[in-house]
Amino acid sequence: MSANPKDIKTPPASDTVTIEVDGRKLSARKGQMLIEVTDASGIYIPRFCYHNKLSVAANCRMCLVDVEKAPKPLPACATPVADGMVVRTHSDRARTAQKSTMEFLLINHPLDCPVCDQGGECELQDLALGYGKDVSRYAEAKRIVKDKDIGPLIATDMTRCIHCTRCVRFGQEVAGVMEFGGLGRGEHTEIRTFLDRSVDSELSGNVIDLCPVGALTSKPFRYTARPWELEDHASISPHDCVGANINVQARRGQVMRVLPRDNEAVNECWIADRDRFSYEALNGEDRLRVPMIRRGTKWEETDWTTALEYTVSGLKKVLLSHGPESVGALASPISTLEEFYLLQKLMRALGSGNVDHRLRQTDFSDDAAAPLFPSLGRPLVELEHLDGALLIGANPRKDQPLVNLRLRKSVQKGARVFAVNPVDYDFSFKLAGELIAGPAQMVRALAGVARALSALRKVEFPAAFAGYFRDVKPGAMEQAMAEGLSRTTNASVLLGSFALSHPQAASLRTLAQFIADACGARLGQLADANGAGAWLAGGVPHRGVAGKPAIAGRTARDMLHNPLKAYLLLGLEPELDCLDGAAASTAMRAAEFVVMLTTFKPSPYRTRAVEYADVWLPLAPFTETDGTFVNAEGRRQEFAAAVAPLADSRPGWKMLRMLGGLLGLPGFEQGGVDDVRREIDLPDVGPAATPFPYVIHDPKNDVTPAAGQLMRLAETPIYAVDPIVRRAAALQKTADNPPPAARMNAAQAEKLGFEPGNNVQLVTPQGVVRLELVVDARVPEGCVLVPAGYPETVMLGAHGPVTVRAAS
Amino acid sequence: MVKALKRYLNTFLLYELVKGLMVTGRHLFARKITIQYPEERTPMSPRFRGLHALRRYPNGEERCIACKLCEAVCPAGAITIESAQRADGTRRTTRYDIDLFKCIYCGFCEESCPVDSIVETRIFEFHFENRGEHIITKEQLLAVGDKYEKQLAADRAADAKYR
Repeated sequence: MSANPKDIKTPPASDTVTIEVDGRKLSARKGQMLIEVTDASGIYIPRFCYHNKLSVAANCRMCLVDVEKAPKPLPACATPVADGMVVRTHSDRARTAQKSTMEFLLINHPLDCPVCDQGGECELQDLALGYGKDVSRYAEAKRIVKDKDIGPLIATDMTRCIHCTRCVRFGQEVAGVMEFGGLGRGEHTEIRTFLDRSVDSELSGNVIDLCPVGALTSKPFRYTARPWELEDHASISPHDCVGANINVQARRGQVMRVLPRDNEAVNECWIADRDRFSYEALNGEDRLRVPMIRRGTKWEETDWTTALEYTVSGLKKVLLSHGPESVGALASPISTLEEFYLLQKLMRALGSGNVDHRLRQTDFSDDAAAPLFPSLGRPLVELEHLDGALLIGANPRKDQPLVNLRLRKSVQKGARVFAVNPVDYDFSFKLAGELIAGPAQMVRALAGVARALSALRKVEFPAAFAGYFRDVKPGAMEQAMAEGLSRTTNASVLLGSFALSHPQAASLRTLAQFIADACGARLGQLADANGAGAWLAGGVPHRGVAGKPAIAGRTARDMLHNPLKAYLLLGLEPELDCLDGAAASTAMRAAEFVVMLTTFKPSPYRTRAVEYADVWLPLAPFTETDGTFVNAEGRRQEFAAAVAPLADSRPGWKMLRMLGGLLGLPGFEQGGVDDVRREIDLPDVGPAATPFPYVIHDPKNDVTPAAGQLMRLAETPIYAVDPIVRRAAALQKTADNPPPAARMNAAQAEKLGFEPGNNVQLVTPQGVVRLELVVDARVPEGCVLVPAGYPETVMLGAHGPVTVRAAS
Repeated sequence: MVKALKRYLNTFLLYELVKGLMVTGRHLFARKITIQYPEERTPMSPRFRGLHALRRYPNGEERCIACKLCEAVCPAGAITIESAQRADGTRRTTRYDIDLFKCIYCGFCEESCPVDSIVETRIFEFHFENRGEHIITKEQLLAVGDKYEKQLAADRAADAKYR
């Protein structure tokens, strides 16, 4: 990455050199490559292999330019500037060299532009117009490369490859997994995956953008549209807490594909596959098109007036007979800021504070003093300049792929990253140390690190919290971590999705905060999707907008474990979006009235909503509504609808406004989304680093499996996190989405007398689930890893003890 | 003075009328170009641009590869194409509609087609009886192509050296 301008520290003035390009005097920093200087000043030099986020390969030779006193044309991407250099990019010598290069590139490139998906946005096609010859002199046979199947996301036509190696370098340098490689030499060079494996990286879709020709194209998009037909709509991806900037490309009111939109402060020029391919679900057959009402056991399509009146009368009936405290609202974390705001406003206007979005959280004991929102503690960009980090219950690669990219850059610059994880996750960088502790041991493991650190740094833990240290003896790894962390000056302690859903999350946060305080690091949380927006809009039961006091209510867990009489569900499938799906299912069935604002028609396969819901109101997803997402650094990103809502669906904010009005509540007269935004009137929050309060260890929340039981780890895999992703057909076929199975390590399986591939029964107080047993060395002793977010595993509930026995 | 006198004489001798009648007289005896349509027809150029057709290859495979160049080049926006991957992996249209009311019969679609699939036939006499029939579909276009393939192939061959 030597050529990356961002890696070069701002030089003193003496490092500036002056060069002349096409008669223009340009000043540049010593060591910069020529092409960077010309790019910055708007002089275009043709190129294929050069990319400003990748290292310099200089193998396409397209950027040859004429440099005075040089015996031959030089590649601009690999020629460092020198003082007094005189460059001509359009002289005869440069043009001849570029044209000859183009002629060689076109020797083996097929002339199949009309059927090629890259046609219209192809760098080779564009440059062939400027530098190609009208007639080919090449009459011999062209090279043909057999196509490979590299997975459900990327289509290959390797005959078209010009060996620029951008995809290879992306894997090596950015994604951190070398999935593509160049095999063979000369004419026989082929870009392929090792042993014809599939490409499974969570960022693999970026090679589609990088590929300058049509060798790597998008499989779900294949042959469906041409770039010139598509309209760009700037939007924000809702799937993680980064808020990646995306371009939603639509044709005739239908989303055709999603591409990244450059924003150096957020996603640079990359997006995760989840952001890129989730749009498939939005055009699926199972979208809810019109409001539906349940009459007995039959679902009837109806119009909006009837549906809303039915909803209002149902809610009023519950309100009259049981009071406002018996109504609860749950929102999916992918909802927009405006939706969260109006939902909580509606609930609080009714007199109930029962509103929450933390569907996967199980411990809420530190809510009262928690910071304004789950923040990263620092701007995203700073994550690439850390000198150390401690990841707690985090799998950033799969949970927050773009956060992981930044962390990886830190590691490449020498940062030492440690992890305390329940599962030995794959990292795309080398960890400096890792502790694998099951959920029951995690607090102790972290306490070990904290204790070692407190001894090293001579920082006393407040006496009241000594409970964490009771008979905790730091082991060698804890000690090493503490030593490593104490040497850092600019570190982050990050709580991942597993830590946030841990039954002792408050304890983990307390210890993490202590560790951060002791080594001068910042504490950050990697919350779900628009979690920050939810906190700021008052989508939490104990606080109003921007932390202002408001009517308090029950938390998500409380609402599910002590069933209410009526539920208002915003964009979620209770069984799959709540970590404790079994409790969600039970609570919903016990309720008298359940309103679902849902983008998709609940199918009996995924949820029991067909039985317990009373009204389904079609909710427009993020591409069809105006909204705002707030990312983990507190960046408020507003976006507009890319296309009109499908059929009869309506944006969530409009529905909630209508409901508020029909319920006779004041303050639901907003004319447009701007009025809602004005009403929310959020202060600029920024990546506030408000510390977490220290809370006293509450042994009530401890989960310890009894003898003969295993601890179930409920992790929500990357492609099961929200209703949109769960329906994205291509993502569902990837290797990151294997069929749900009971995973344990070989020793554990042997101890229980199971062989890989056996069917096992998992028994919890809530239900019995039958799954295939998969031996997985990543899972620690005494644990069984069963994914949440799948219909097959709903009945197991959240993390907790489970009995595993052979299935009869 | 002379001019005025000349005009006076011309008017008096009905010169313009005689001049006009001379034209009539010339045409009265000249060879007739009026034909008795529809029994008689004028000759047609192989480049005539009439109703559209989609052609097939001799083996029966449709030529169109859904490159969408015709859709892009169409100045009237008369062509609507949707495409997808067919079961055999090839790129094909799933919809190919031409709005004959929008079409200005400029022939750009034919010119842009890399596989000689969309062509304009010599058919110029067609009508619609119901609303909506002016949008012709892929099936109709292929049927036209199938029916007139011999003529279409001959026309293209005749024009080949100029293309």
